[in-house]
Amino acid sequence: MRRNDHRARAHASWWAFWLHRVSGLLLAVFLPLHFTLLGQALEGAAALDGILRFTDNPLVKAAEWGLVTLLALHLTGGLRLLLIEFGSGDGLRKNWIAAGVGFATATGLAFALALVG
Amino acid sequence: MSARADVLAQARRWYWQRVSAMVLALCVLVHLVTMIVAARGGLSAAEIFSRTQGNWAFAAFYAVFVLACAVHVPIGLAAIAREWWQWGERFSLLLARGAGLLLLVLGLRAVWAVFAAGS
Amino acid sequence: MNSVSNAHLNVRIWRGSAADADGRFVDYAVPRQDSQTVLDVVTHVQRVLDPTLSYRYACRVGMCGSCAMSVNGRARWTCRTHVAKVLGADGVLEIAPLANLPVVKDLATDMRGFFDKWAQAQGHFQGAQSRHDDFARVQPETPQRKAADAGIECIGCAVCYASCDVVQWRPQFLGPAAMNRAWTLVNDVRDTAQLERLRAVAGDAGCHSCHTQGSCTEQCPKGLAPTLAIAGLKRTVARAAVKGKL
Repeated sequence: MRRNDHRARAHASWWAFWLHRVSGLLLAVFLPLHFTLLGQALEGAAALDGILRFTDNPLVKAAEWGLVTLLALHLTGGLRLLLIEFGSGDGLRKNWIAAGVGFATATGLAFALALVG
Repeated sequence: MSARADVLAQARRWYWQRVSAMVLALCVLVHLVTMIVAARGGLSAAEIFSRTQGNWAFAAFYAVFVLACAVHVPIGLAAIAREWWQWGERFSLLLARGAGLLLLVLGLRAVWAVFAAGS
Repeated sequence: MNSVSNAHLNVRIWRGSAADADGRFVDYAVPRQDSQTVLDVVTHVQRVLDPTLSYRYACRVGMCGSCAMSVNGRARWTCRTHVAKVLGADGVLEIAPLANLPVVKDLATDMRGFFDKWAQAQGHFQGAQSRHDDFARVQPETPQRKAADAGIECIGCAVCYASCDVVQWRPQFLGPAAMNRAWTLVNDVRDTAQLERLRAVAGDAGCHSCHTQGSCTEQCPKGLAPTLAIAGLKRTVARAAVKGKL
């Protein structure tokens, strides 16, 4: 049987699905690392400070910004899904996709400014 | 397991993923604000501890956060394993349970670490 | 590749069968007309250029859904698709059989699996009345009847089924059309097989694997929204499960 390619997937709702899934996957991979690093506090303040100094690296900061943006995206994408699944039938709520991207961008920007400021 | 029990289990997984999502929506919102506020002027262990040490409200909030993650993440991972990596049902569920356990253990350890640090 | 003038369309049609190990695209030059549909193009190829081409159509006026095919990668009714609307920037018109269905030959697909899943989803009415009983009274403005009415115009063309990635990723997945029909029956107050139906549409082969990609709703030629019907099934199944009725 024939399979669909990118041409069948070139619409907002599909991209929203893909972003939601990929952001979730990346966050899922990140979380155990996040918990492990924080767990270093068990070794005392100095150990945790050591980790925090390591994260001062600009590449790490960029990754943090990426994760914060992905988290905000996953949040709004998820809210849109909850609205579709539990709310009244108001279509695919594409306005939420746009609002979600806006919110995620703003959040990422706020975080970046906090890092720099 | 009978086919009917399978179907019920799958329906339950969907349900718990949505319920945990609602909890996470609140937790994530609070966490995003916290991160942006805390990131200003750089992070230090002292700064973190001053907020978290001995703070029961903080510990309770993040414990709930960890629990919700441990419920929410595995169900999504299982779907990805089945659909994108073509894993079988058994291995997908195994991955899910493993991930859930890992997140629960590491997460609660982290909450305890910053709550009870240095003591 | 021959260069074609503006008087001709550059058409690529998928040829092959279940027995053929390799299907492949074959090129045809079809005279361009004003107001030409993709079905016109396929018909011209079969009648004038290559009589071995197999394809399906019936009403040719957008009522039966038989002419559904993949046009430049998207499932459409070819009788209602104007060439001018879908012609790519490269001037190529690519026509293939619907995705997610076994191919019988060329542009004709085997629809049996699609309709089998319809039956598996309990997509048929079951009532308790007979011709000797009085008419059932169904109020048209109730939320339930409105929900049913929003989905009953489905003619089973399989465009949604062909557009769905979950159908591709999970071979057992019932698909948007079957579940859309099930939803109209869930909302039919006369139907007596409600519990059976909810059990049929629950689980990973049913509504719980829908990830709201929305390709079905995006492509449905009748403007139906299977995504929302499936969301309704999720809610109804959850309610029944919570009450211990499932």
